[in-house]
Amino acid sequence: MSKTVSNTSARTLFDKIWDFHRVGQRADGRDLLYIDRHVLHELHAHHAFAQLRKQGRGVPRSDLTFAVQDHTVATKPGRNDETYPGGTAFIRAMREGCREFGIRLFDIDDPEQGISHVVAPELGIVLPGATHAVPDSHASTVGGVGALAFGCGTSELAHILATQVIAMKRPKSMRVRLDGKLGPHVTAKDVALRLIAELGVAGGRGYVVEYAGSAIASMPIEQRMTLCNLNIEMGGRSGFVAPDDTTFDWLSGRPYVPQGAMWDRALEHWRTLKTDDGAVFDRDVTLDCASLEPQITWGTDPSQVVGISGHVPDSAAVEPGRRAAAESAFAYMGLTPGTPLAGLPVGRVFIGSCTNARLPDLEAAAAVVRGRRVAEGVVAMVVPGSSTVKREAEAAGLDRVFRDAGFFWGEAGCSMCAGGNGDQGDPGQRCVSTTNRNFENRQGVKVRTHLASPATAAATAIAGRIADVRQLVGGAA
Amino acid sequence: MQPFVNHTGIAAPMLKDDINTDQVAPILHGRGLKDDYQAMLFHRARLREDGSEDPNFVLNKPQFRNTGILVTGQNFGAGSSRESAVWSMIANNIRVIVAKSFADIYRENCLQNGLLPIVLAPDDADAFIARVVSVDGASPFTVDLVTQRISGPGGPDVAFEISGPDRTRLLEGLDDIGLTLKHKDDIANWERQAAAAQPWLLTVHDSRR
Repeated sequence: MSKTVSNTSARTLFDKIWDFHRVGQRADGRDLLYIDRHVLHELHAHHAFAQLRKQGRGVPRSDLTFAVQDHTVATKPGRNDETYPGGTAFIRAMREGCREFGIRLFDIDDPEQGISHVVAPELGIVLPGATHAVPDSHASTVGGVGALAFGCGTSELAHILATQVIAMKRPKSMRVRLDGKLGPHVTAKDVALRLIAELGVAGGRGYVVEYAGSAIASMPIEQRMTLCNLNIEMGGRSGFVAPDDTTFDWLSGRPYVPQGAMWDRALEHWRTLKTDDGAVFDRDVTLDCASLEPQITWGTDPSQVVGISGHVPDSAAVEPGRRAAAESAFAYMGLTPGTPLAGLPVGRVFIGSCTNARLPDLEAAAAVVRGRRVAEGVVAMVVPGSSTVKREAEAAGLDRVFRDAGFFWGEAGCSMCAGGNGDQGDPGQRCVSTTNRNFENRQGVKVRTHLASPATAAATAIAGRIADVRQLVGGAA
Repeated sequence: MQPFVNHTGIAAPMLKDDINTDQVAPILHGRGLKDDYQAMLFHRARLREDGSEDPNFVLNKPQFRNTGILVTGQNFGAGSSRESAVWSMIANNIRVIVAKSFADIYRENCLQNGLLPIVLAPDDADAFIARVVSVDGASPFTVDLVTQRISGPGGPDVAFEISGPDRTRLLEGLDDIGLTLKHKDDIANWERQAAAAQPWLLTVHDSRR
């Protein structure tokens, strides 16, 4: 890209999407941004429904609004509303609210139920250049198909239901260029963890991030979604990848995308969804991914990351402002500086969540597991991101691979990511997880979470210890 | 939304960075739709393994039992978007958080609920933290949004910045939805124009049906 000519009319893709969707400016200075697709989940929606009832408001664009049951649903085969008693009231309140306000619900027994961030793109509900909101911080997962998505709280959820707009101050823009060819068994998860380590858990605060570069160009859509999913873990307001032919091929034929002549017309527009040459970002960051090895967290926030061949850092090597946090993490994680990550015994492995439970994630894990057994004493779970993913995985025989190896094979939902459905580890248990947050107590009281890719998690389940997948199965991808 | 004009309360120092909403408002099991937000606040940090209170946790200390102002570090409210992390503050009459910075979604949730998020410049923040630590809950501070000042023991008033629109919204307790619905016609106009320019955005259906 030429940097010689400064073109003041050059706009970023973020500018283009924002400007198109800007309805107006409110008296308090906030822009009103139209939300094309709004997706709710049962953990938070009932508060918003109650607020709408109290204020006598409706949902004027219920046709652009969808709902899923994901956070509190049990994963046990044959589940129903009552399998996890803590979820029953949420599931039923969701059903009732959706009926009352005329919202299409992917209910617990719907063949297309699943995690909102997995379901919306796989059905083609979200589109390139569309705006999207979910009352969940991982909303920007769908940035993987080129949508601009915002996570929000419950009051904002009610606001969007009642008005179809979100009131926001325009965020700043950042471009993250990811260059180089990823090595064998190195995925978007590893790239994202390294990026969070480099920029910090607040490095993206206030920014909408456009992910670009050669590593992105060759990255499949599911991995782009993993990358955009983890954008919030560096504090980013939203994150996306500009749509390209990979995106259009991936979306084509999905049930909710425009069809026929409308698809052609949309496609023509989508091809214009690019950042102009010469457009200026508020911040530009580059990460060379060519020499990256699989990454894993050692601590209690997603920036406390090392390569799989690395060691728990010495506190002297941690920047001064982060030392207290590191020391507290050593204590919580039961680790001492200098300990190699590989080889640490684990009690549990979880493969799932909006971060890493799409079909290629499960394929990558199954490729490692096939013909092997989960180590003695390790509880290993696979929870597909949606019922569609589950069905496709079963059609490909992946469920047999996992089950034969000793994994639990669950029904779709958020499961152990936040444990909102009762799926949790035991106190003190070390757990390698393909999720997004290694916060204290998130996966159960005193559970010690290490975030990693599906392949690393699978290799760890087999070894019974944190493992370098490249050593378990050889270097070839 | 309840307006915020001023608030007087004990200021408690919670001197960590990156305190996340899982910590502020953990998901409690066996809960129903109506959570006990008062009990939820820092639930895990408040209690020891045997269920008794941890006397070392700052909000359990006798002088901080009636905390009204929380003073903390960088990136407060990171993580999950759960609004219970704000409601649990309000339920405990904590109406002001003074931080070095806030996570974006958390700050938005504060503004929706009349919880004043104050960010002080780094030097001011360090000085104010030192003051709060040395006062140690002996007497309260007052935060006034009209004058944009924090006053209290141990030093002169501290001025703070907040954007005019956010200030007005808090002071007047403006109904967020009501404010937006003044633009009802703009929204309808936008929908008409967008339906012509990018019709696929304004309609969605399952093509198999």
